[in-house]
Amino acid sequence: MKDLININARGLAEKISSQELKKEEVISFFEDRIKKVDPCLGSFIEKYEQPVKGEGKSLLSGLPIAIKDNICIKGKKITCASKILANHIAVYDAEVVRRLKCAGLDIIGTTNMDEFAFGSSTENSCYGATKNPWDRTRVVGGSSGGSAAAVAARLVPFALGSDTGGSIRQPACLCGVVGFKPTYGRVSRFGLVAFGSSLDQIGPITTDFTDCAHLLNIICGHDHRDSTSAFLDVPDFTKSLNADIKGLKIGLPKEYFGQGLNKEVKVAVEGVKKIFQEKGAEMIEVSLPHTEYAVATYYIIASSEASSNLQRFDGIRYGLRVGGQNLEELYANSRGQGFGDEAKRRIFLGTYSLSSGYYDAYYLKALKARTLIRRDFDQVFKKVDALLTPTTPTTAFKIGEKASDPLSMYLSDIYTISTNLAGLPAVSFPCGFSSSKLPIGAQLIGKEFDESSLIKLGSAFQSCSDFHKEIPKIIDE
Amino acid sequence: MADKKDVEYVANLARIKITPEQESSLEEQLSKIIGYIDKLKELDVTGVKPWRGAHITRDVFREDKAIPSEAREEILKNSPSREGDYFKIPKVIE
Repeated sequence: MKDLININARGLAEKISSQELKKEEVISFFEDRIKKVDPCLGSFIEKYEQPVKGEGKSLLSGLPIAIKDNICIKGKKITCASKILANHIAVYDAEVVRRLKCAGLDIIGTTNMDEFAFGSSTENSCYGATKNPWDRTRVVGGSSGGSAAAVAARLVPFALGSDTGGSIRQPACLCGVVGFKPTYGRVSRFGLVAFGSSLDQIGPITTDFTDCAHLLNIICGHDHRDSTSAFLDVPDFTKSLNADIKGLKIGLPKEYFGQGLNKEVKVAVEGVKKIFQEKGAEMIEVSLPHTEYAVATYYIIASSEASSNLQRFDGIRYGLRVGGQNLEELYANSRGQGFGDEAKRRIFLGTYSLSSGYYDAYYLKALKARTLIRRDFDQVFKKVDALLTPTTPTTAFKIGEKASDPLSMYLSDIYTISTNLAGLPAVSFPCGFSSSKLPIGAQLIGKEFDESSLIKLGSAFQSCSDFHKEIPKIIDE
Repeated sequence: MADKKDVEYVANLARIKITPEQESSLEEQLSKIIGYIDKLKELDVTGVKPWRGAHITRDVFREDKAIPSEAREEILKNSPSREGDYFKIPKVIE
């Protein structure tokens, strides 16, 4: 049974439908593996005694999946890795959960994350940091770090995460798996605990592009319960798998290859470029001149939206309540004790940016900068079909290394946040290893609602590379 | 920002009680972060319109029809303090 970890999700589903394997065997294989391996990693917040069962049929029926703990599963605890939601039970299913159930997938548990998705390392969790399966002294990235680590360690065939500024792609990169952030509006946000409502998007974390395309087919589509959900038909993404990429034009934004980029990362991304060229794609250097303003713009907008969204945690209707003499004190005490340090920082920064006297200088200015960042992409996408960049400037850093320096943590998102500001689809996929055997990821950014080109390119790369097949050795087996 | 007064002012606006230690570390960290985001000041945005990000191409309406809400009991069960079908809070009116 050990070799089940070498089969992708679609392969496992095929074996179930051809009755070579029983669904129960597959689920109990992964359950045993979680029991055995996860104590070393801490990628799960809750592993269910009994999976939440799906009922419908799809090409992935019968498989187990893990969900980031900021997505509602009816009747189950949802914590967002925050003390303030302690013991909160979701009263409805998120739209993505409804879709997974209809596709016949079983949810086997929820995964660790930075509190309310605030972070790039999964260290800001009230349950403690998840450890990187490739080197347990290092971070997994974040905020969907638990999902990325669980998939990398093959504790589940795949998982869902959410991405507000890179929270799917950056941990996928640092753990050596595929993490896809769809176009804003492609996947319903109904039932996802809101962080930055104009930026948040749910997406798949998988071991390869085949599974990614299949899972996207299930979770994408219009939902009337999310007012920003796109009124668009969803293509069959599996049709783009291994399609010809000859003649596709790929831009290399020069701002993403400059100062601060680790040399090994640069070399690995150049390897991707070479394979694309060999397969007939055309590489063009392009420029996104407002890139240097993206981190500042993002942290103002994301924190402002977060401070507004998190007003609902007031200790009245749900979550932690810490009493006081009056209502005002009850709010302040509950929020003071319920939110962790990073959540407090973001709420403070956002409240400050939105406060009278600073609104024009910070929030409004950032919205205008956002227009310019979006225009940069509109310009280059007149010339190219997709962009190729590194996902992160470096490989996984040490646990604790950036914990006391929030700004340096924010800057580790430098290559991922612009796409959230612009609402574009983007994916990180494994493209090499450092000399110390840490995964390196490359990122593809696409035109609005053109996830298909990214799948075409990514699967073309994986058809002639084996990086995605490497599995970290965690325990003696 | 980030003198003590600013931090106190924002703490009150955000309804978050902080300890004196948290206050001084927030003061230091926020100063650094705001120092960085002040980079935006150098950017010329004359004539640029703000963009809030959603790709909404039409207004989203629905029929004005009542539909059953989620189970009342399930929602109330999540309350840290209740009495019957009410959320219980400290006295508001003197």
